[in-house]
Parts: sequence; structure tokens; C-alpha cells
Amino acid sequence: MTETDTMTDTKTRIAKVYINLKEGTLDPQGETIQKALRTMGYSKALSVRCGKVYEIEMEDDSPESKKQLEEICQRALANPVIEKFEIKW
Amino acid sequence: MKFGIVTFPGSNCDHDAYTVAKDVLGEQAEYIWHVTTDLESFDCIILPGGFSYGDYLRPGAIANFSPIMKAVREYSDRGGLILGVCNGFQILLESGLLPGALVRNKKMRFLGRSVYLRIEDNSTAFTNRYKHHQIINLPIAHGDGDYYNFSQNIQTLEKSGQVIFRYCTRDGELSPSANPNGSIGSIAGIVNRAGNVLGMMPHPERAAEALLGSADGLALFESIQAHIGNHKLRKTAS
Repeated sequence: MTETDTMTDTKTRIAKVYINLKEGTLDPQGETIQKALRTMGYSKALSVRCGKVYEIEMEDDSPESKKQLEEICQRALANPVIEKFEIKW
Repeated sequence: MKFGIVTFPGSNCDHDAYTVAKDVLGEQAEYIWHVTTDLESFDCIILPGGFSYGDYLRPGAIANFSPIMKAVREYSDRGGLILGVCNGFQILLESGLLPGALVRNKKMRFLGRSVYLRIEDNSTAFTNRYKHHQIINLPIAHGDGDYYNFSQNIQTLEKSGQVIFRYCTRDGELSPSANPNGSIGSIAGIVNRAGNVLGMMPHPERAAEALLGSADGLALFESIQAHIGNHKLRKTAS
């Protein structure tokens, strides 16, 4: 497949995967950012949880692709001990 | 005996481990590239520290998918000794060979300094040359070393005596100030249920010669040597 093919192929789907720490897991990064926001004077930002977003180009949004992405999240992108994930198509 | 030291792209303590095994202990040692799948000839596998695959995704996560890890899991199932130090510990947790996870240090900083540790169990294959509750001094060098697990899993670890090293003061007291990264229960190192897999954040291989400031890590390698020696003796006798 050439680069042009990829660009014009409208069938592919970009899925967004949100990874974040589970509730109760300490997030020192988020806490540090929240403290910095407070120092900057933003008193309304009460807490920050810091996570990651992956944009993954999938071949299509068929049930098989959805199943595969779910598995990718469980096996690779998230560590189930500390993290949770959410997929948005 | 023969040590196998796994080299992943980004490992950087493999040479330290090799030097201790080969030059300090006088045993055989060999580097094992991460695509190898045959571990038959080794008596102990070391997963060294470093930044395998640049710590991309999560520390240890990508290394867990490299070809050698299937062989490492089988090696563990057969009861083979596996030592994971620092990034090696992170890989063991990612692979599920040890329970739990290591998250960002509580105070966010990368910590490179020496710490005091208390030996919680000196009956393991890795600690039989230490005294019970002996205090030792080893270096740490990590950004993600805060040991975390669900509270019921921590209870299980504690009950079954799987916590082997704890961060402590010079006098062996546990306190938040002596716990550099915020680990639950001041945990610095754990073994699996069967006792053949040890993961630890501090670096015994960087403290196995007095010239390097501490030789307190040497007894860990001597413990492995003694354990394998005894094992082979028993095999010959039977």
C-alpha cells in the first residue's frame, strides 16, 4: 500500500485509548501538577489525575477489530494492577 | 555453576552482573541476547537493571514481550533461579512471574543513592549467606520503584513470607523517612511463592566489591552459588 492509499482510505478508523490510574492508586505526577496549578492561582482545580492517550489507526471498526483492540489494551497498553482503560471509537 | 545474564536493548547493568559472577565469584557467566529461547545450560538467570526499550509504554512492559521471556517463564516453572534487579524486577512484575507493580516514586524524583535494607528472610536461595534481620547497604537508582499491590495481595505476601528486603534506617527501623520511594510496607524486594524468583529494586551487583564503597551485595551472589552447589551435591549423591 502506498502512502497515498493510506491517506485516501476512508475505511480505517482512529480509535482513542485512554489509560489512567485506578482510583486509590497514588498519582504523584497528578498531585505535583495540581500543586503547581494552585501556586499559579487556579484555586478551582481541585485534583489532577495524569494518564495517557493513544490514537490507534485500526483497519476498520468491525467486531473483530474491536475485539483485537480490547485485547491490545488488556495485554499491552494498560497494566491491570494499577491502570484502567477506556476505548473511544 | 553458570550464570546467564539477559541483555535487552537498553539494559545497562548487565556488565556489572557479569563481572560479579565471572571475576568476583569466579563462576561461569554468559550474556544472553533477548531473542534467545534456550536457557537449558544455565543455573541462574539474571534480568539486569537498565532502561529496556527506553522504558516506553511502562518500565519493563515491552521487554516482557521479547522472545526470551517465554523461555524465562518456562525456566521459572521448572524451578530455575531467576534474579531481577531494578528494571529486571519491573520486567518480572510485568510478566506476572512476581505479583504487583512498581509505580513512579512518591516524590517524583529519580533516586540515585545508597540505602539501608533489612534482610527479612535468610532462608531463601538468594539470602542464605546473610543473617536474619541483617542490615545491609546497597545503592538504588530508579524513578519507578514504589511497590504497589492491592491490600489483600500485600497481606498474602506478608503472610507467606515473600517480602525479603525492606528499606530501613541504619539501625534497622522501618520509617517513612527511610523509605525512599513510598513503597507499601517499605518493600524493596520479594520472592514468588515457590521461592525461585527474586525481584528487588536495590543493586547488589553494584556493591559486591569493597572498592565500590560496599560489598554487602556479594553475599546475595554467594547465596546463589551455595544454593546451586548444594543442589548439585544432592543430585550427585542421589
